Amino acid sequence: MIWTPIDTWICVIASLCAAACVLPGCILVLRRMSLMGDAISHTVLPGIAIAFLVTGSREPTAMLIGAVIIGLLTAFLVQAIETLGKIETGAAIGIVFTVLFAAGLVLMRQAVDHVDIDPDCVLYGAVEFAYFDQITIGSWAVPRAAVVNGVALIANAIIILIFYKEFKITSFDSALAMTQGIRPSTMHYLLMTMTAATAVAAFETVGSILVIAMLIVPASAAYLLTDKYGAMFLIAIAIAIVGSIGGHISAVTIPPVFGFSGTSTAGAMAVVVGFLFFLTWIFSPKHGVWSAAMRRKRVQQDIIREDILGLLWRLEERSRENSDISFENALCIPKRSVKRAIRHLQKLGNICLEYPLWRLTEQGRKEAALIVRSHRLWETYLDKHFPQDVYQLHQSAERLEHVTSTQMQSRLGDAEKDPHGSKVPPSPDN
Amino acid sequence: MTQRASQLGSEHSPHAAVSVHDLTVAYHRKPVLWDVDLDIPSGKLVAIVGPNGAGKSTLIKAVMELVPKASGLISIYGKQFRKQRHRVAYVPQRESVDWDFPIDAIGVVSMGRYRKIGWCRPVRSQDKRLAMDALKRVGMEEYADRQISQLSGGQQQRVFLARALAQDADIYFMDEPFASVDAATERAIVHVLRDLRSSGKTVIVVHHDLQTVSDYFDHVIMLNMRVVAHGTVEEVFTNENLRKTYGGRLTLLDEAAGLLARQSSKV
Amino acid sequence: MNAGHSISDVSFVFPTAEQIWRVLVLEEYNTRVVILGVMALGIAAGIVGTFLLLRKRALTADALSHATLPGITVAFMVMVGLGMQGKSMFGLMVGAFIFGCVGVLLILGIRRTTILKDDAAIGIVLSVLFGLGLCLLRLATEMPTGNAAGLNGFIFGKASSMVAGDTKAISIVAICIGVIVLTLRKEFTALCFDEKFGAAQGWPILRLDIVLMSLVAIVTVIALQSVGLVLAVAMLIVPAASARYWCTKIGSLLLVSALIGCLGGWLGGVVSALVPRMPTGPVIVLVCGGWFVFSFIFGPVNGIVVRLWKVWRLNRRVAMQHILRAMFEVSSEDTLCNFESIANTRSWPQTQVKRLLSRLERHRFATRKGNCWSLTALGMAEAKRVVRNHRLWETYLINFADIAPNHVDRDADMIEHVLGTSMVEKLEALLGNDPITTSPHPLGERG
Repeated sequence: MIWTPIDTWICVIASLCAAACVLPGCILVLRRMSLMGDAISHTVLPGIAIAFLVTGSREPTAMLIGAVIIGLLTAFLVQAIETLGKIETGAAIGIVFTVLFAAGLVLMRQAVDHVDIDPDCVLYGAVEFAYFDQITIGSWAVPRAAVVNGVALIANAIIILIFYKEFKITSFDSALAMTQGIRPSTMHYLLMTMTAATAVAAFETVGSILVIAMLIVPASAAYLLTDKYGAMFLIAIAIAIVGSIGGHISAVTIPPVFGFSGTSTAGAMAVVVGFLFFLTWIFSPKHGVWSAAMRRKRVQQDIIREDILGLLWRLEERSRENSDISFENALCIPKRSVKRAIRHLQKLGNICLEYPLWRLTEQGRKEAALIVRSHRLWETYLDKHFPQDVYQLHQSAERLEHVTSTQMQSRLGDAEKDPHGSKVPPSPDN
Repeated sequence: MTQRASQLGSEHSPHAAVSVHDLTVAYHRKPVLWDVDLDIPSGKLVAIVGPNGAGKSTLIKAVMELVPKASGLISIYGKQFRKQRHRVAYVPQRESVDWDFPIDAIGVVSMGRYRKIGWCRPVRSQDKRLAMDALKRVGMEEYADRQISQLSGGQQQRVFLARALAQDADIYFMDEPFASVDAATERAIVHVLRDLRSSGKTVIVVHHDLQTVSDYFDHVIMLNMRVVAHGTVEEVFTNENLRKTYGGRLTLLDEAAGLLARQSSKV
Repeated sequence: MNAGHSISDVSFVFPTAEQIWRVLVLEEYNTRVVILGVMALGIAAGIVGTFLLLRKRALTADALSHATLPGITVAFMVMVGLGMQGKSMFGLMVGAFIFGCVGVLLILGIRRTTILKDDAAIGIVLSVLFGLGLCLLRLATEMPTGNAAGLNGFIFGKASSMVAGDTKAISIVAICIGVIVLTLRKEFTALCFDEKFGAAQGWPILRLDIVLMSLVAIVTVIALQSVGLVLAVAMLIVPAASARYWCTKIGSLLLVSALIGCLGGWLGGVVSALVPRMPTGPVIVLVCGGWFVFSFIFGPVNGIVVRLWKVWRLNRRVAMQHILRAMFEVSSEDTLCNFESIANTRSWPQTQVKRLLSRLERHRFATRKGNCWSLTALGMAEAKRVVRNHRLWETYLINFADIAPNHVDRDADMIEHVLGTSMVEKLEALLGNDPITTSPHPLGERG
């Protein structure tokens, strides 16, 4: 296919729109109010329809005002039904937005003969055609949608920068915010206003239902990637921009492979952003499913190596040869893991093979002594504070020895002998 | 592991109502119970005491497999919990359910019969009668048709107790039944507890009021992440043990066990 | 429709009484098919929705219904690809059902394996799968055979496309769902009320959840044609939520919810048949929404009016008791009490005192002589009862709650008004039934 300036503009408009959505989206996700975003992006429709019926034109300010008013009404009604009507939040949201949305559909149908927007466009957006609706700023002809979304992005950025710490504190601990003189309800309605205004700016681009994708999906992915409040916004914006550009590219390039001419850019943006979320879900270094599995595996391998070192040290202590012992039986672990651990230990220079025996090297002996020291100190500590039988004591210490840092070891105190009467290896510091 | 456990099992009394071996439970990547090991004798009133966050509720939830355990073995009358489920009744904490739920007191108590009624069958009149009997035992028969949100806190607690009674079990687990209830309810509960003991049932109660332990219970388990002491109230409920139980946690063990739990957690 | 009229002019030719009557009693064939279909749907949705609402999964159902869009299009494309006519309703519904379930599983997966909460999981699945559906829909319309244009109708619903076969299928499904829910009523109740208890008893909570969500998926699927996937969730939750303001028992809740759903379907169908440019699905949702507003305001259980009425009645009773007590205290010194001495007993506006005094007169509790008032025998008896309650409660607070005597008056003020006869009897038993004639604190010392 041929890349034209239209494609560039589509990418620019989509990125601006996505970035504008992400800003309130991050706060919604942090405050666990994603579904208020869902509700408000739906209720943009009746807002627009009413503005339409009242003014009779596609006047953007009227639409904005209409959508914001209905958005705030949504937030207010949800709260009223929840508190006065004793209905849980989710159901309250569901009731309010479906009924308002239905009202919007009916109004739109009533006005449909006079109007040049249709419900489909409101829902799916028409970023493909946004380029052709241009306005001139100075001497430049710029697509109107780019200006609208750009303004929304800048306005959101300014609001978030001004109320950065207020949003932070109310999201984290609204009771604390109250004591600091920040009214959580004010921040709540400010956020709702932002969401509604952004949704109305974005509805032409991605459509009102896909606004929710841009509000929530990049923010959720960022939430899995970082633990920092500020970084979350930046990462989410990056994901949103990559998602929207990637969305357009895949909308125009992938379907032709299968013999189609192309597909909905807005839909593809949601799918690509969803795919990016899927990647973070699996591979996020901190919270990814796969990363966590890898981490667990690594820890297990560390434990096996430490156990082998400890075993060799104890054999040396009792001056027994290890010729007749099999690690896998002594430690109850599969042979494969033992082999891998031994290879690793050999590479680290902790053990060496004096055929047919494995021996600790000097360095290995030091490390092993530390592990055994941790083990026996734990036994002593537990025995003192928490009397239990010998087998249990050993089991507990067996697990705890692997997470004992030197700092912890020093806090465990010192002892000559453990409760079984074995000598505790001395600390390497003295 | 299993070999070891079966050896250990033989050390414990076969008549224990509940046997717990080496139970470790981690919640939200934090250890709550560490190597708990105990035998709860049959036919006794047993209190579990300990400071906040000591894992009292977690212990009974773990026994009933309501929370996943990191390790450990649990048996009820010498068999797995799954096989003995019908012999166990549970009174959860009052806050754990939605009290605006559209159901009346007798409806809640009838739930205790659901298991015996079986799948897809309606509640029969004889079950209703048994539920009513259970309500009478806790002195709530007048309130049978009240919607549950219209009951006071103590009355709600008694409804929960009646539901457990309707189950007609051998072992009763109760999670803080005395928490913020009125004097009448407290008397009713104590009356029911003594009743249960005299008919040979075992009752295990998470309890927070140290003043009443020796009045209400025979046995006591003193818990603070680990079992500090357990045995008859006369032997175990001493100032020394209380000091150990409430004297704070073993910070080192806490820290190390926390590290361990975090490393093996999935998320 | 003549073009050129203004937007506010949405006039239409009002249907004749006969037309209305024919639609209302389902005499017209076309509307009969649609209306009977949506009525059956309303019943099924009302029944399943009750438990969905009690399980607090309302918005999971929303994600489920949005997730059906890719299912429909994939089913369509597969059927066209296999050379079948792409419009087999059953095939499309199977696709929708499968994807709806996939959506729910994805939500569960995200919730279980990430630190994200329910709301984000629902939002992600809803929007991404809907976006996927839109992409596929665009592709499907380009397919040379099969004519995918009708697939659009599933988004907002297109009740006019329903034929007698659809109505029959919906009715059969509705009956099956009703039977399943009623047989599993007790299990679902336990699941929704107290999951932990159910689990401890050995109910397979997960499997019950799966059954419930599958029923929700089936209802969503049969709602697609008439109401559409964006609004399908409304059919599930709005009637069920409205029913909660009318009854407090599961059985009646199921009945009322089904009734509201059914009525919503009927009225919505009728309105959209009679009024031009009224899409059936949204109108049904609006009718149900109207029912909700009505229930929310006027429902006897927790309805706004009922609650306001209760508060108002309590306030009125409290004010009456205050004025009786004030008169009793003043008249213990002088049988005739002038207006100022009554008004000075507590800080209340004089207009209120006047209003209360005239109410006392209406109830024949007091008589007026110029600026002076006196209690009648009836009023005296009532005042004695009120004062006695007040002092009993004061004594209880002093003796048992360790409240300082000069503060006790205010505390007693709040509670005495809600003391029932049984509470008074208990107080009497506790305090020994001695007639309390004097206040436990000097009357002049008000806290």
